Amino acid sequence: MTTGVAVQCEGISKRYRIGTPERYHALRDTITDALHFPGRAVRAMLQGRSPFPPSAAPRTFWALKDVSFQVGRGEIVGIVGRNGAGKTTLLKILSRITRPTLGEARVYGRVGSLLEVGTGFHPELTGHENIYLNGAVLGLRKAEIRRKFDDIVAFAEVEEFIDTPVKRYSSGMYMRLAFAVAAHLDPEILFVDEVLAVGDAAFQRKCLGKMSDVSREGRTILFVSHNMAAVQQLCDRVVWLDEGRIRRDGPAKPVVAEYLQAGADAATEQTWPTLETAPGNDVVRLRRVAVTDTDGEPASTLAVHDAFALAIEYWNLTPGARLNISVAVYNQDGTCVLTTPSVTDPHWHGRPFATGLYRSVCRIPAHLLNDGVYRITVMVVRDLAHVVYWHEDVITFEVQDSPHGRGGWYGKWIGAVRPTLQWETALLAPAATSSTAVGSTHSSREAPAETVGVALVASPSRGA
Amino acid sequence: MASIGELTAPPFLAVVPTVIRPASSWVPLNLRELWEYREILYFFVWRDVKVRYKQTVLGVAWAVIQPVFMMVVFSLFFGQLAKVATYGLPYPLFVYCGLLPWQMFAHGLGEASNSLVANERLLTKVFFPRLAVPLAAVASALIDFLIAFGVLVALMLYYGAAAPGVRVLALPLFVLLGLGTAFGAGLWLSALNVQYRDVRYTLTFLTQLWFFATPVAYASTVVPEAWRPLYGLNPMTAVVEGFRWALLPGAPAPGPLLWVSVAMVVALVGGGLYYFARMEQWFADVV
Repeated sequence: MTTGVAVQCEGISKRYRIGTPERYHALRDTITDALHFPGRAVRAMLQGRSPFPPSAAPRTFWALKDVSFQVGRGEIVGIVGRNGAGKTTLLKILSRITRPTLGEARVYGRVGSLLEVGTGFHPELTGHENIYLNGAVLGLRKAEIRRKFDDIVAFAEVEEFIDTPVKRYSSGMYMRLAFAVAAHLDPEILFVDEVLAVGDAAFQRKCLGKMSDVSREGRTILFVSHNMAAVQQLCDRVVWLDEGRIRRDGPAKPVVAEYLQAGADAATEQTWPTLETAPGNDVVRLRRVAVTDTDGEPASTLAVHDAFALAIEYWNLTPGARLNISVAVYNQDGTCVLTTPSVTDPHWHGRPFATGLYRSVCRIPAHLLNDGVYRITVMVVRDLAHVVYWHEDVITFEVQDSPHGRGGWYGKWIGAVRPTLQWETALLAPAATSSTAVGSTHSSREAPAETVGVALVASPSRGA
Repeated sequence: MASIGELTAPPFLAVVPTVIRPASSWVPLNLRELWEYREILYFFVWRDVKVRYKQTVLGVAWAVIQPVFMMVVFSLFFGQLAKVATYGLPYPLFVYCGLLPWQMFAHGLGEASNSLVANERLLTKVFFPRLAVPLAAVASALIDFLIAFGVLVALMLYYGAAAPGVRVLALPLFVLLGLGTAFGAGLWLSALNVQYRDVRYTLTFLTQLWFFATPVAYASTVVPEAWRPLYGLNPMTAVVEGFRWALLPGAPAPGPLLWVSVAMVVALVGGGLYYFARMEQWFADVV
């Protein structure tokens, strides 16, 4: 299907300004300046220049730097990279939401872009009305929406509530409806940003299915995701962005593998010593995230049979905020193995936090995670409902394989988790007795007392 | 109506690429694109109208209650107490006929000025011609206007006062002039509002000042002759006076100052479009 070019980028760069440290000083300067030279300030404003004097020139950073690539028609390209690598900025530029600072791109064909699910949804409007509104916002024509309306409703599984305002929907229903509209876009070129991270697992699978249907129809897709399993499943090719530049561009499997390996090499601890440089916002800033042993000492090596802990240190900047931390653990496939909120904290949960520096520690028992490389996403939640800050992939750690509890099996242990579970085996009917007893539900024979080591039968499969 | 997506083979040769370039200081107005996205414009208006009176007991009646209530207040203070000259018309009729286009303008301006900020999510997540946002805001003010217009007809019947028939044909022109003023000023203010939220606070004063500079509650004859040309620079003067002339007997025709007003609106909209097109390249980054 690759006849011709769908997307062509040449030297795309994007520079952003980041908040000036002496903002208020600058604003005051502007006002005094404006009083002395009113013409200049007004002229600057009207010309679209910043009226801030150059002495307080804001710091800038390049979200994208000299990005060039070409996407053939019908290609499905995954874009991967850490937070802030420029993935979303790239899609925003290609979707014409923002302009590049330098460079030029050409897009051949009708574009649909999906940077967020449910853009344009209005809470006061009914599901029915929002399908039309959202469809129009995403570039569907009214006639197309009318034609697809029943499919959308069926896909979202919200038939009963279609005339209810969406503000009364559960968040799951809301997301399903929003995705259903998006899934029915049929542009020639589709830009998708991390929208599969919605809904329950079954719905996610359905969306992935719908996406691969779309791709089989020969559409061109640029797909930003942190879900490496989805990227590998859907994409032929992967572009890896790192700090605004293309680090690798090639077939999906090797690039993803290399990307994950690079992630695995990253630190098991990150520290930001000063408040000014710490990631976060006006509510909360991170100071340190680390994997430690059970005594709180930095852990260099971990094995399946080790208990360990995750320590998160943060500054609370809002007096009285009721905070809790939530940690999500992702494995190498991008699957979220577990999420754990600090709501079990006996001392601080539900209490208002005074401003200051806090440390929350989550203890992870031995024999929980399987061996492999894990990435941690830390979320800070306020009032149990509002995620005030989240930091993806803040640290990575490796859990080493362990001979404990393996029995005789020495192949790759399959599974996302590796708990030691209770097993019991009972002999229901010895072979010597008559065949009528077998399968009889009235058999009340007890199993012989000398039962049983754990016999976990893992079929040798890939990796064995 | 055939969109690019519906073209048959060979499709790719026919496709004109969308070229994405850095922001530039001179941006041509892309009316063709706005036309292609006309449905989004329609949906924005539809949404604004739908949402405006949701979860209110009186619903769309508010579109009528607001100007009627103002009419009562003004009739009391300006009509009964101050006894303002009204070209010999009953004050309620006189003032309502002025309030109607004024409210349309004030609503349109207010909604348009806040429209970009209110639609921040859309600006940062989807592409469409940004011009559709203030345009839809002004258009939704027209809907309220049409509803409130019914009361004016009722008042005219009640007082048995109507201007000679043909003049009413000029009415759409004055409506257009009023919408143009709201749109032109709205373009400037909405784009400024994206970066400087001060606009929101300035708007209240601006609208009040503008109200008293417009002959809504009084007749323009109270303005001294020498000041008239300056007064005519306010296009809303021509709109309100033109409304009365087109609908009510005894109201004077707008003089040559009408052309000054038209020129003002053209300048306001033209300059606004230029400024807007220039600033819209940054909206998603700044808002």
